[in-house]
Order: sequence, then structure tokens, then C-alpha cells
Amino acid sequence: MAERGIELKGTSFTLSVLHITDNDVATVRQQLLEKIAQAPDFFRAAPLVVNIEKLTKTIDFTSLAGIIRELKLVPVGVTGTKDEATRSAIRAAGLAVMASGRVAHNEPVPGKAATPVPQTSNKLHIGPVRSGQQLYAPNGSLVILGSVSNGAELIADDSIHVYGQLRGRAVAGAKGNEAARIYCDQLMAELVSVAGHYQVSDGLLEPYWEQAVSISLAGGQLKLEKL
Amino acid sequence: MARIIVVTSGKGGVGKTTSSAAISTGIAKLGHKTVVIDFDIGLRNLDLIMGCERRVVYDFVNVINGDANLNQALIRDKRVDQLYILPASQTRDKDALTRDSVEKILNDLADMGFEYIICDSPAGIETGALMALYFADEAIVTTNPEVSSVRDSDRILGILSSKSRRAEQGMEPIKEHLLLTRYAPDRVTRGDMLSVQDVQEILSIPLLGVIPESQAVLKASNSGEPVILDQESDAGQAYADAVARLLGQEKEFRFLLEEKKGFFSRLFGS
Repeated sequence: MAERGIELKGTSFTLSVLHITDNDVATVRQQLLEKIAQAPDFFRAAPLVVNIEKLTKTIDFTSLAGIIRELKLVPVGVTGTKDEATRSAIRAAGLAVMASGRVAHNEPVPGKAATPVPQTSNKLHIGPVRSGQQLYAPNGSLVILGSVSNGAELIADDSIHVYGQLRGRAVAGAKGNEAARIYCDQLMAELVSVAGHYQVSDGLLEPYWEQAVSISLAGGQLKLEKL
Repeated sequence: MARIIVVTSGKGGVGKTTSSAAISTGIAKLGHKTVVIDFDIGLRNLDLIMGCERRVVYDFVNVINGDANLNQALIRDKRVDQLYILPASQTRDKDALTRDSVEKILNDLADMGFEYIICDSPAGIETGALMALYFADEAIVTTNPEVSSVRDSDRILGILSSKSRRAEQGMEPIKEHLLLTRYAPDRVTRGDMLSVQDVQEILSIPLLGVIPESQAVLKASNSGEPVILDQESDAGQAYADAVARLLGQEKEFRFLLEEKKGFFSRLFGS
């Protein structure tokens, strides 16, 4: 039998990476604070890696780690380092120097910037959406946990998900995203629209009426499928 | 702490004033000091339904403007102890109300020891209705089993959860109650009318009461006797049940099903 005390294994984790462009710690703190305020639960005690690739000057890593801890996040390490002096400063601050997988394998990639993480802002609404209410999810999807009444209006730049009856209007892909979809538990909508292609309730009849349905755009026409 | 309850609906003619009169009378009859306020400035009706129209000297707007004090304007009901009416002004319009002045009156009423303050809202979603619901702790959403009334109630529920004081200050939301009025089980059976279940499915708020369509309501209105005082009538009994539920009692729902016609009524018609 092999030793069972401890084992070392390589495992990949998905970590949040904070890209910083400002070498002023106070500015980073302020920006990070605003980010966290958007989704406090998501960020609570989340492990964080800092990417300093875009930084032109060096930053004080000890105080950087300090503000990250102060905001109730766990600093794990720093990636995107360019020279040994920076790396030793990072180690001195008690952080790990991390090379991202991509950079490690093909060292200098001339003229190829890191792909920016797509910014999505999804919106969640819990409870019924009443007649006369209008909800909009700019640059993201809209998720409703509840029913949407006649005369209520949902708009999203991406998809719309309704976990309940959809009696009102749903406008997905409002800025022209043709891959957007509408999902609902019970289709009883006044109007559905994907990227400007719409259908009113008269056209949403059997066999989809009152069914759980997914609505997408295929060949310039709305396509309904039962879920 | 006084419980401020708004009786509202969005749509007109569904029975807000009838319900305000019946419910406030019912609560006071059970020994709670209650005041019912007519917020329908310019279309004063509550005093007629309560049968005190000839005793109105000062009104809500007089108190707001400082022409009279609350004690002068409040009308004490002659039938039920502990019941007071604050009538609306017939000669003014809804712009006479401001948030600060309404808040002051509600606070003064609470200081006078009123346990229940019932606000009879005007129809619509404009100033008058917004004033009536702004300070509410609870709302009785009066709805007829008919699509346009249900949609307007839905709209009012949206306003309650976004434009009331409780919503604006992030307090615990207004407690919502559904009061279904003018319910006719036979017409539901025939498919002419939405059923209790249909309405509840759309509005998804707890049911406080179902008041059957009844001859007694019109008779009560015309004679200025809140229908809850007519204990023989089905509507009166249904309001009494709703009041009991409002005060926390469990009551089985009645008058939901069509009455079985007996041999004689079938023979002679009803």
C-alpha cells in the first residue's frame, strides 16, 4: 500500500481574475468596491487572482493584497508579470506568482492581446411582474422567477427566461442579437420578439399555447419548440 | 400601532366604497376603534353609503387646510360604537392632498387611539389613489371577476410594490389581500365569469373574501346602512367572514358554489 497521509494532485480551478490598469491602490480599491456592490453574494470570500499585464508601472503588492482582504476577498496570486524584480516583490507580499496556462505554453505572443472577458450583466427578478411594470436587462439576460402579467413588458439585450406564466410582452435581443431566445413555463404572451422579429398572441396558438416553450430565431422567422 | 389599510382597485365601480364601509363597520363592531377616510375628494360617496351625509360639517380638506380640527370633522357613527367617518370634500379636487398633510392626519389619528385606519381610495392611478395607498401597511385589492378589473388590480399591485412608502423606504412590503366582489357562482358555471381560481392565478395574492352578487348591496347603499349590518344577507355574512380573516381568524369560504335549487323554488321559479 502506498502512503495515504497526503497526496499532491494537479487540479484546475476557475478563479476570478482581476485585471488592473491603474497602479494607484486607492483607485483599484474604489473600482473593486463598485464591482462588488453589483453582486455582493457572488464576491463574498471569493478567491481572486490579479492580472497586472496591462500595468505600465509597478504597484505596491502588500497594500494591494491588503485592500483585497479588506473587501472580504481572498487574494491567491498575481499573473501577467514581466520581470524577476516584480516576481520577487509579489512573493515578498505573500502571494503566489501564477502563469496563466496560455502564456506558459507559447511565451511571447507578439501583437496578440488577451481576449477581454465579455461583460454580461444579467438581471434577476423574483416575484410577479405586474401589469404596467417594465423590466430591462441591458447587455444581458433577464430571468424572472414568477409570472408576468398582461400589460407587463420584459426587455433584454440577450435572452429572457420566465419561470412562470408569460402573459405580457417579451422582447429579447433588443439590440439585434439574433442568438437570443425566450424561454417560459407557460406561453400566454401578448407579444414575443427576438431581434426585432415579433409575433402577437394570435400567432402563438396550438400546440404551443399554455405550454413550456423556447422561442428562437431561425432563418428570419420565430421558431417555437416545446421544452 | 394603528393598522393603516387601503381599499383600492384601480378600476371604478367594483365596490371599493361599499367594501370600505362594510369592513370598517365590521371591525368596529368587534370592539376596535376604527376610522374610515374618504380619499375620493370631489366625488364624495362614503358618507352616503354610511348614512351620515346630513351630518357632514367639516371634511378632510378642511382639516388639511387648518379650517377645522380632526375632532370637528370626524363623524361618530350612530349605530356602531368606536366607528368614525372622515368625509371627503365635494367642492375641491384631489390636488388638495399632499403627502405631508396626509401623513400628519394619519399620525394624529393614530395618536387619538385609532386601531384601524381604513382609507377608501378613489379609482384610477393618479394623485388621489396614490395618496390613499402611499402610507398603507396593508391593502385590500377589490376586484370583480372580470378581465378588465383583474388587469387594473394587477396594475395597482405593481404600484403598491413600487410607489408606496414601504416600497420607497425598503421596509417590509405592504400586505396584500384579494377581495373578490360581485361574484356569481351560476355565471362562473356557465363560463360567463372568471372563477376565484382564475383570478387568484393571475393576481397570486392571498384571498381575503368572496362577496356574492347580491340584491342586499344595492338596498344597503340606498338606505345608507353598510351591508355588513344586514346579517340575514349573503353579502353581509361574506363581509363578516372577510373581517374575521383580516383580524386573523380562520374562516371557511362560503357562497362559492351555486345554490342547489329546492323542489319548491324549481316549481315556482326564484
